[in-house]
Amino acid sequence: MEGSLLILVVPILQAAVRSGTPILFVCIGEIYAERSGILNVGLEGLMLVGAIAGFTAGFSAGNPVVGVFAAAIAGALFSLIHAYVTITLRADQIVSGLTLTILGTGISGFFGKPMIGQVGPGFDQIAIPGLSKIPVLGQVLFQQDAMVYLSFVLVPIAWWVMYKTHLGLSIRSVGENPATADSLGVSVTKVRYGCVLFGGAMAGLGGAYLSLAYTTMWIEQMSGGRGWITLALVIFAAWNPARAMLGAYLFGGADALQLRIQAVGIEIPTYFLMMLPYVLTIGILVLASRASLRRRIGAPAALALPYAREER
Amino acid sequence: MVGGNKIAVALSGITKRFPGVIANDQVDLELLEGEIHTLLGENGAGKSTLMNVLTGIYRPDAGTISIWGKAVQLENPKDAIEQGIGMVHQSFKLVPTHTVTENIVLGLGRGLAPVKIEEAQTKVAELSAQYGVKVDPAAYVWQLSIGEQQRVEILKILFRGAKILLLDEPTAVLTPQEADELFVTLRSMRAKGHSIVFISHKLDEVMAISDRVTVLRGGKNVGTVLVKDTNPQSLSNLMVGREIKFATFPRKEALGDPVLEVEGVHALNSRGLPALRDITFSVAAGEILGFAGVAGNGQQELAEVITGLLEPTAGSVRVNGVDMTRESARRFIDAGVSYVPADRHGVATVADMSLSHNFVLRRYREPKFAKGPFLNFAAAVGYARRLIKEFNISTPSHATPIRSLSGGNLQKVILAREMTTRHRLLVVMSATRGLDVGATEFVRETLNEHRHKGRAIVLISEDLEELLSLTNRIAVLFHGEIMGILDADKAEIASLGLMMAGQAQAEVA
Repeated sequence: MEGSLLILVVPILQAAVRSGTPILFVCIGEIYAERSGILNVGLEGLMLVGAIAGFTAGFSAGNPVVGVFAAAIAGALFSLIHAYVTITLRADQIVSGLTLTILGTGISGFFGKPMIGQVGPGFDQIAIPGLSKIPVLGQVLFQQDAMVYLSFVLVPIAWWVMYKTHLGLSIRSVGENPATADSLGVSVTKVRYGCVLFGGAMAGLGGAYLSLAYTTMWIEQMSGGRGWITLALVIFAAWNPARAMLGAYLFGGADALQLRIQAVGIEIPTYFLMMLPYVLTIGILVLASRASLRRRIGAPAALALPYAREER
Repeated sequence: MVGGNKIAVALSGITKRFPGVIANDQVDLELLEGEIHTLLGENGAGKSTLMNVLTGIYRPDAGTISIWGKAVQLENPKDAIEQGIGMVHQSFKLVPTHTVTENIVLGLGRGLAPVKIEEAQTKVAELSAQYGVKVDPAAYVWQLSIGEQQRVEILKILFRGAKILLLDEPTAVLTPQEADELFVTLRSMRAKGHSIVFISHKLDEVMAISDRVTVLRGGKNVGTVLVKDTNPQSLSNLMVGREIKFATFPRKEALGDPVLEVEGVHALNSRGLPALRDITFSVAAGEILGFAGVAGNGQQELAEVITGLLEPTAGSVRVNGVDMTRESARRFIDAGVSYVPADRHGVATVADMSLSHNFVLRRYREPKFAKGPFLNFAAAVGYARRLIKEFNISTPSHATPIRSLSGGNLQKVILAREMTTRHRLLVVMSATRGLDVGATEFVRETLNEHRHKGRAIVLISEDLEELLSLTNRIAVLFHGEIMGILDADKAEIASLGLMMAGQAQAEVA
């Protein structure tokens, strides 16, 4: 009995990790951007740019690793628009982010035309010797592809940098109180540019995961709202990279479950099932906005506020 | 103890212009090693601008700066820090969600270098013992009182090894007792050879703490004097350029019926935490009741409760004998309650709207200013012209947006609006904060005049002298509770100070 249950559950958990990984990449990047005070709602567009850049480069080179680098670079370059508009010009961050989404959707669609229907190189699953033999956990975590392992490495690094280094302290201070950071010689502009570009690169990686690992093809608008889900996930994670991992797999799980239920053919309309991750998003937003919770896990105080040194 | 011979800082010919104003005009200033040097001046005299030049925040249009005899260019705050200059700003530059130590080490390391937090904590503890600055290095800044936060700012500067400290009105936010503790710290810093610039306009403090005083007026240095060769009166004359008197306004002897009666009121602040506890008092017609207290002890919530902006969780508020506890702000206005809030730009006025529109904001429903659903613009403009004249507001026209008015004129606009309506009760918060001497006098005289016309006034202020000179009685707020209500002519600053620090009236007496 126990064995048969495991046979059902383990593949779902395994799929949850796969499905959560692209969101995890994007989320870590956005946590850095928001911690520095810049809200980037253009994640959807950035993911698409990453996905098509990654696929095209990987396809041309015949090597998915090339694609991963291309996606990160494309994401960083594309987010440079957001950085310039919001940090240097101090324009509204929401408007700029929305523009990025629309632009990214268009650009990726345009450059993606010749790639439709192509099958590119992808990342194969690699079982880690030893670790993959651990019952349940081994299958769930250590029979995955290289990008999943990359995310395993990135999460602790992102956490350590954020909480244990001077760079992290500077980032958190810039997002909480830029005037204070400025008065102590921390360059608000540099920190914010760095964080937005890093966020763009990570969103690019998230997109590349979709076109190089999750599938090995390019489909228009294949990000499917994951960029938006990530924005909620950042709140769920309380701007902490370690908690982002948990949240990403939770969303991944909802996604995986939805696909399984459809596959098994349970009599629930597909559309309701497809709503599952998004309903979860709304639920989490409702929870996170409760005043009592907000006090404890408050957003960076200077989030979405442009900074200009006091001048009369 | 102007013993240090070495000149720590020499400013010469510093000029800084802003559009339309010269904030600093050819200012010279010398700061010696091991001296406490006060920079004295009214608001707008150019003290803060000068200090911002010395900390690299502003670049002067002309003049030179030399530190320890070497000419320097201070392009940004970092340059100033490297020259050993540190400043405690009026609004603290601290990150509330970080610990004391995290705030102190911010900006001291680069990139991926790990923050050695334990090491830093030990050093902070050592420094705080050495200079008598008591604060827990591991506490979060949001847990600290204002006085403690100020100590963190001082530690931040000492941690960086700065020898030159600038303090911008450090005592403005402190209780008298906390201010005394600060002075002990400053003296021990002086003894260790630090040079301190102390900005203030409280003359008694200036006399108590400084070695020399430089007075700024209208952006110019009008004199540097040794404290032992001067007295408060002559400093005050230098500062203002004319004689001023700290008059006590005559009270009104016969008080009328109670206008505002507050009983057992409890209320929560915007974060849902208790802000007022069991508040009971009443104000009669012809009386000014003052509320003293260090900022953040429930003053804001009190003002909101008695103007209908915040609903109490318990207790009752009666205006003219009518229970108004659950009524809206609109009903309070109709009942004759006027309100002059502390936040003049955010709450009291709409910055982008003209004077005339701001004037009719609370009266536009009256038949006089409305034609059915439409505003009667002619009436509004006429009304604005009248008030501008009556209150002597200097503005290009009634159509000028509020945002371009100076602080004093803005406050006159608000007072004019709130006092010209048919009101019984006036709630005034920080009435004269940030105003120059002329405007301050005007506001105080206006309040006094309205008391004698038989209005009841609640005056919430952090300025004890103002409360003592103007009010009939003074209530002291601490942590949302009234520590006692004293008669103004019998109250002393010292006992008010103790009550502001949390001692009940009975313990003080």
